[in-house]
Formats: sequence, C-alpha cells, structure tokens
Amino acid sequence: MKNKKTSSLRIARMHIPSHIIMIIWCFISITPIALLIFNSLKDRKSLFMDPFGFPLNITFDNYTSVIKDSNFFRYFGNSLFVVVGSLTVVLLLGSLCAFALAHWKGKASKIIYFFFIVGMMLPIKIATIRLLELMKVLGLLNTLWSLLLVYSAMGMPIAIFVLTEFIRSLPSDLYDAAYIDGAKRLKIYYGIVIPLIKPALATVAIYNLVPIWNDLWFPLIFITKEEVKTVLLAVTRLQGQYATDWPKVFALLTMSALPVLILYLTMSKQFVAGLTAGAVKG
Amino acid sequence: MQNTKKVINRGGSSVNPGGSYWMWYILPALLVYAVFMAYPLVDSVRISFYEGTTQARTFVGFQNYIDLFTDEIYSSRFWNAFGNTWIFFAFHMLIQNCLGMLFAVILTNRTMKGRPFYQTITFLPVTIAVMVTGYLFKMLLNPQFGGYTLKDWGLNFLVHPWLGDKNTALPVISLVSVWQWVGIPTMMFVAGLQGVSDDILEAADIEGCNNWDVFWHIKLPIIMPVVGMIAILTFVSNFNAFDIVYAMTGPDGQPSYSTDLIGTLFYRYGIAGEHPVGIPTPGIGAAISTSVFIMLLAGVIPTLRATQGKE
Repeated sequence: MKNKKTSSLRIARMHIPSHIIMIIWCFISITPIALLIFNSLKDRKSLFMDPFGFPLNITFDNYTSVIKDSNFFRYFGNSLFVVVGSLTVVLLLGSLCAFALAHWKGKASKIIYFFFIVGMMLPIKIATIRLLELMKVLGLLNTLWSLLLVYSAMGMPIAIFVLTEFIRSLPSDLYDAAYIDGAKRLKIYYGIVIPLIKPALATVAIYNLVPIWNDLWFPLIFITKEEVKTVLLAVTRLQGQYATDWPKVFALLTMSALPVLILYLTMSKQFVAGLTAGAVKG
Repeated sequence: MQNTKKVINRGGSSVNPGGSYWMWYILPALLVYAVFMAYPLVDSVRISFYEGTTQARTFVGFQNYIDLFTDEIYSSRFWNAFGNTWIFFAFHMLIQNCLGMLFAVILTNRTMKGRPFYQTITFLPVTIAVMVTGYLFKMLLNPQFGGYTLKDWGLNFLVHPWLGDKNTALPVISLVSVWQWVGIPTMMFVAGLQGVSDDILEAADIEGCNNWDVFWHIKLPIIMPVVGMIAILTFVSNFNAFDIVYAMTGPDGQPSYSTDLIGTLFYRYGIAGEHPVGIPTPGIGAAISTSVFIMLLAGVIPTLRATQGKE
C-alpha cells in the first residue's frame, strides 16, 4: 500500500502532461527561428528543394553579398549610437531625478513623480504627428538626434518609477551618516546611491534596450536619408530590393536579429526581469 | 546640535536644500520628458481641432471628428480598422494570455525538471523585432516556400495563400503576434505565482483540494492584480500595433483593408497619406489618435480600479 502511494507520487512528480505541453510549445517557438537561420545558410536552389531541412552545404555567400550590397555596418553603427546614447541619457538624467524625488519630501515632488508615472500608461506613438512637426522645426529630421531624444523621453517614466522606488527602499541610515559627515549631495549620489542601485539600472537599461533596437515606427517617419538609417529601417528597404532572392532576405533578417538574440541567451535572467518590469505594480 | 539637525532634515525647509535645490537634479529629466513626450501628447489633442499643416493651420472645431465618424470613406475605414483591432485584441486575450497562464502554472511546479530551459525558449521570440518576425512569417507562409514539400508530406491543408485570403489574413497575423509575445504574460504570471505562499498551498492540499480548485479559488484570486496589468498592457499595445501588419500585408492592410488596424490607419491618414494621393491629413490623424487615447483611458482606468483596488 505504502509502496503504491510513493510510486504514484513519483509518477505525478514526473509531470508528464506538463512536459508534453512545454515540449510542443518550445517546438513551435523555436522552429521559425531555426528555419530563419538554416535558410540563410543555403543557396537558392537548395532552399527551394528542401525548405525545412538542415543546410547540407553551408554557404555564407548570402551574408557576404548583403554586406557588400549595402552599408550594413553603417546602419549597425547608427542603431548602436541611438541605443547607447538614449540609454545613457535615460540612466543618467533618470537616476539624478529619481535621487531627488526619493529624498525631497515636498508636495511638488509628489506631483512631479505622478507626472512622470502617467507616461508609463500612454503610448508615445499617439503624439507622433506633433513630434514630426517638432523635429521639422528643430531641424532634426533625418538626424539620429531626433531618435535619441524621442527614445530618451519615452524611457524616462519607467526609469523614474523603478529607480525612485528602489532608492526609497534603501535603508536611510546609509545616507544619514554621510549627511552628518557633511558630504555633498552630489557626492552621495555618485559615491553611495549609484553603486547600490546598479541592479535597478540594469533592469531599466534592458527594459528600454529591446524596444529601442527593435523600433521601426520612428525611423520610418523621421529618417529618409541613407546615411542615417537604422538597421531595421534598412531591412525594410533591402527586403524589398531582394524580393524573391529569399536566402538573402533570410540572411538579412538573421543579421538584424542576432545581436539582441545573443545578448538574451547570455543573460536571459536579467532580460526576463527587465522586460517584465512593467508588472511591478504600475 | 542645531547644526546636525539642520543637516539631517532634508525636507523642504528654508535653511536646507528643498525644492529649489532639488530642482537642479530634476530639471534635466523633466525637460526631456516634457518637451519630447508630454507636450506633443497634449498638443496632439489640440491639433485634432485644426485643419492643414504647420504653415497654414485653421481652427475647424469638431469638423475632423465629424468627418471621421460620418464621412462615407473615412468612417467606413475607421470602423473597419476599429473592428479589426478588437479581433486582433481578442486573439491576444483569449490565446496569448490564456496560454501564458497555462505555461506559468506549469513552470511554477517546484518538483518539475527543466523549467529554466522551457522558460528561456518560450521567451526567446520576445527579443526579435516585430518587423523581422513579420517578414519571416510572410516568407514561411508563402505557398511558394514550402508548398511542394508539404504536398509531398500529404499536408495539403497547410498550403494556402494565408495572407492573400481576406478571411484568413487577420487571424493569421494575430496568431503570429501571439506566437511572438506569449513569453511576456508567461513570465509575469510566473513572477506573480511565485508570490503565492507555500502555507496556503499546503493547507489546500491537506483539505483535499485538487489542482483545478487550487487554481480557481487560490492562485487566480491572488494574482488578479497581475491579470489586470497584463490586460492593460495587451490593450494598449494592440491598439498601437503597426509593425506586424506593415511587414506582413503592408501599410494598407491588404487584402482589401481586411488587416487594417487603428495603428496602420493612423499612419496612412496622419503621416504617410492615403494611397494613391499620398498627402497626409494631420487633423484627421490627430482625431484618430485622440479618439484612441480617450478609449484607452476609458478601458484602462476601470480595469485598474477593478484589479488593483486593494493596494
């Protein structure tokens, strides 16, 4: 009797139906991505002969011709500049502001905090028509600065929210001692606060990194000049240019997706924490 | 003594740095946010009452809204896109979020092996750009891609111009988007379910509750705030969806506007101009975005009240 119970428990603990469900879903998740990469390594003929198979004669010709046909590294640099630039602005200005909002106990502080938080619920796309005109007036159309500024503004609410909450949760004796010693606030900011809030800074950085790198909307509207195109914008044009040369389109798509994919696979824990940060009670 | 007290008190008193001092820390962030997000958002509402572009703008009152809702072409396009967006949203709520819940319940089984692996794979598509996903599936779904092979395998029913048929295009696009985003609700529900205390679950086990009872009567009520949050996120992002349609069936929402969403409609009227004229009408575009904005508030605020009430 006892034996029977433990063995049925053991079977229950194997969670067979759960494993079946997850294996099926993982197969559904991974197959399109595998097909993307496999087919980027085939030539045209073998793609059409065997579209679902593993590439037997691996060729990198598709990649080299995409790179040769376009300024791919240029687009890459542009995207990198925009991502790094706007993340720097968001993290630097956001943490300074959050430091002040967490420590200043005035009524105005609460109002300003609320003003920032409202932005978390409002998609910036709604403001596009006005932003387009604003960029025209400022002479920033067809420059990377237009993207950098919009993404910085877009990232600010979540940065203020996450960082202010985080700084508030730090034990206050950490600063009190420093205040008594007469330390300057700016020194407390970079000497004490910044090292302590590093995990929160990482969360904010990842939360913003993926949508900025993957954004198509603002480049599509602000940028028409070849030299300042981002990777994704260039992909829209090149995929039209290659049209039926599918292996090249596969290579192009792989190249644009790979950086974030690799980053994710090397630090998936931080990614999940960062990208689901919106759930921490809005 | 007085000196120490002065230093510790970091409120807004006159002796110590208060508002005017802290403002130097706040202003840079506030400026960027106000100029490039808050002001354009609010001013878009104003533009919806005007006609023409920056150079020549005339006040027309509610005319843009009247046109949008009563003009034959504008209103039929708007209500078509509006209905399509609700269908798109329904797919995400019913399939994406329910699958997310199922996966999360599975992935929080503490005795199950291989959970980190499953989590990593389930979340993988989230990191790919929506547009890349769109172009990828556009090729994979094309009958020319795998048609012959699938016929050889006897899977004829899979060979169909999915995106060219106006009855299947929107459901297929919705499912592709579900495929991509299912990792987000999964991981959010996982985070929520991990907060359910072991004591409650053990007590339920002793009382003889089965898994189904435990889910409906214990886990679900506890993670209700997360459910509400996900409903809101899904709602807001679906009513702004654009990239997936742009990549898979183009900005016109082909075939014959059957995949036109609010996001693509806004892009055509407000920014790019409707085919074949190509002259944008910012007033109409702003009227669309303001209507969406009002609708989002009308959907979001009651959901927040209903699900986040206790905190």
